[in-house]
Amino acid sequence: MSSTRELPATPAPTASSGIKGKSVRRGDTVFRGLSRIAGIAILLTMSLIALFLVWRSIPSFTVNTANFFTTSEWFPDQTPPVFGIAALAFGTLMTSIIAMILAVPVGIGVALFISHYAHRRMSAILAFSTDLLAAVPSIIFGMWGLEFLTPHMQGLGQWLNDYLGFIPIFRNDLGQYSKSIFIAGVVLAIMILPTISALSREVFTQVPRGNIEASLALGATRWEMVRQAIFPFAKPGMISAAMLGLGRALGETIAVALILSASNSINWHFTEPGGNTFAANIALRWNEAGSTGLSALIASGLVLFIITLVVNVVARGIISRHAEFRGGN
Amino acid sequence: MATVGSGEFERSTSLLQDALAGRRLPRWGVGAVGLTSLLAAYLLNVLTVVDGVAGTFLVAVLLFVIGQTGWSFTVEGRRHAVDRLATTTVYAAFLIAVTPLVAVLGTVLVKGFPVFSAQFFTTSMRNVSPRSEGGGLYHALIGTLEQVGLAALIGVPIGVLAAVYLVEYAPEAKSRRLSSAISFFVDVMTGVPSVVIGLFIYTAFILTLGLPRSGFAASLALAILMLPVIVRSTEEMLRLVPRDLRESSLALGIPRWKTILKVVLPTALGGIITGAMLSIARVAGETAPLLLTTFLSQSINSNPFKGPQAALPTFIWDQFTSGTDASRARAWGGALTLIVLIMILYAGAKVIARLTGAKKS
Repeated sequence: MSSTRELPATPAPTASSGIKGKSVRRGDTVFRGLSRIAGIAILLTMSLIALFLVWRSIPSFTVNTANFFTTSEWFPDQTPPVFGIAALAFGTLMTSIIAMILAVPVGIGVALFISHYAHRRMSAILAFSTDLLAAVPSIIFGMWGLEFLTPHMQGLGQWLNDYLGFIPIFRNDLGQYSKSIFIAGVVLAIMILPTISALSREVFTQVPRGNIEASLALGATRWEMVRQAIFPFAKPGMISAAMLGLGRALGETIAVALILSASNSINWHFTEPGGNTFAANIALRWNEAGSTGLSALIASGLVLFIITLVVNVVARGIISRHAEFRGGN
Repeated sequence: MATVGSGEFERSTSLLQDALAGRRLPRWGVGAVGLTSLLAAYLLNVLTVVDGVAGTFLVAVLLFVIGQTGWSFTVEGRRHAVDRLATTTVYAAFLIAVTPLVAVLGTVLVKGFPVFSAQFFTTSMRNVSPRSEGGGLYHALIGTLEQVGLAALIGVPIGVLAAVYLVEYAPEAKSRRLSSAISFFVDVMTGVPSVVIGLFIYTAFILTLGLPRSGFAASLALAILMLPVIVRSTEEMLRLVPRDLRESSLALGIPRWKTILKVVLPTALGGIITGAMLSIARVAGETAPLLLTTFLSQSINSNPFKGPQAALPTFIWDQFTSGTDASRARAWGGALTLIVLIMILYAGAKVIARLTGAKKS
């Protein structure tokens, strides 16, 4: 190590001062203080985010003539200003729910495949390739969703309308199947898949070898082993993986902004064009917003911040509460 | 044990026999069922009962699942049938996950590569209308490199120092509460949407401090986005440094801070660089915060502190939403450039991890 160079110069005095105690060196104080400040900067950033969003959204609350939570329209720069987050909340929730329904089972399946089904040498490559999926920027998913996926979803949308049309969410009265909440949900599902599978994979590989072998030794088939040994152990991890995926889906901006044809209305027919989300609304209306408009967008961002914060805190809480299970080998 | 009746005993023996030497499907069973269902689906396609490649494939998979599970149920019993069904489902989940990855990368490659030319990388979009062909992304490339570089200059030192605090100082600190709060909020910060970070930079630096929208504002947002990733990866690497190394250094009378700077950090350096590169790769494609904190620009501006500056994500956004054939083609070219850039960072991180991983042991 390079530090051995220091040796001849200092051994005697430092050793003696170390033994006497009270060995507060200036370098130590400075370095310790610096690293502490860096840590505190993170806490400060989080609280400043909350503070500034609240402060800058107040002006829009005071001039809004409609109920912020129950109104669907978004006309903050009109006089009098009328805007609300009902449609945004609806769109955000629905796209995220569709994404979760699709991505959670597949993500857990992928994690199982990589951790316990695939050949050991293969699984490293497979894990890397799902990580690559996480590295693709959101805007590229949006472009892909618009130009590649949308034409391919036409058939599925028609099929759902023809055979399951008696359920309102699958009915399509317009005959148009592009730019819909459904397609946005599918793209979101693809985007949160790596988050869910990476985290579940991590907990699956932490299941004690002994539990797995005990189950197999008792004659369990592989699936029975998964149900008896892996799932009970990994359950908190799987739940928080799903929640973190949800957090990502709720806040995803550009992909959704590209795919949805932004219309602030609540439409239960998911395969029809329309719908909007918190994040997409901010990106799409930012450059044309006046001062009240900016403040209103910041207010909607504040709501998004609070929602994702709650989801993430709950998810992290589940992990840390079960921390005693981790590394129990 | 004595209460077990003879009939029950016999039944459990036969169960045991089934499990150990029970009847199983032949080795070629899975392949045979697969082939048959593919053929059957193809036949149905020819007979126009189903149409389309995807539909035919779906029917084949369905036939395979029914055939295999049914056969297994009659020969091997319920438990093995369920097991085979689960195995098929898990494999299917993996295929479903890989398909979009291949499709996305394939689409970007096919649509983006035809645009590539020397001109595309050496010119800006100045005086090129969205409708006309030509132009390039030189200005955006410069912008992205500068903004991401600045973000790394801000984010990496803070992140590494915070990780040093969590690993080296927190365990003995008087207030464990501070370190656990930092640790918790680093995790929570990972989940804050990038658009919210963009809003924060806009409200704090542009509205409140009166700074103009600039490349620098964008790099501040990117730095915040990088921070939690760097802290987590550095923390992990520092924890891997053997305790013995620290103790031998301290026992030689070397101050704590020198031990950290000259023993601990150099040992973990490879891992720290890998983590930093991965975090850079993660934020390089962020679009939403840039849209809120910079102005779109068509010209070259190599000064991130002054005036509008383009970046690859905003270039792609601008060209794609312009909506003409020529501009969409340029957007796909930009997308391919961005992915190549990210892949280079990823590959570089992997190479560094491998090179330094050997030293660790």
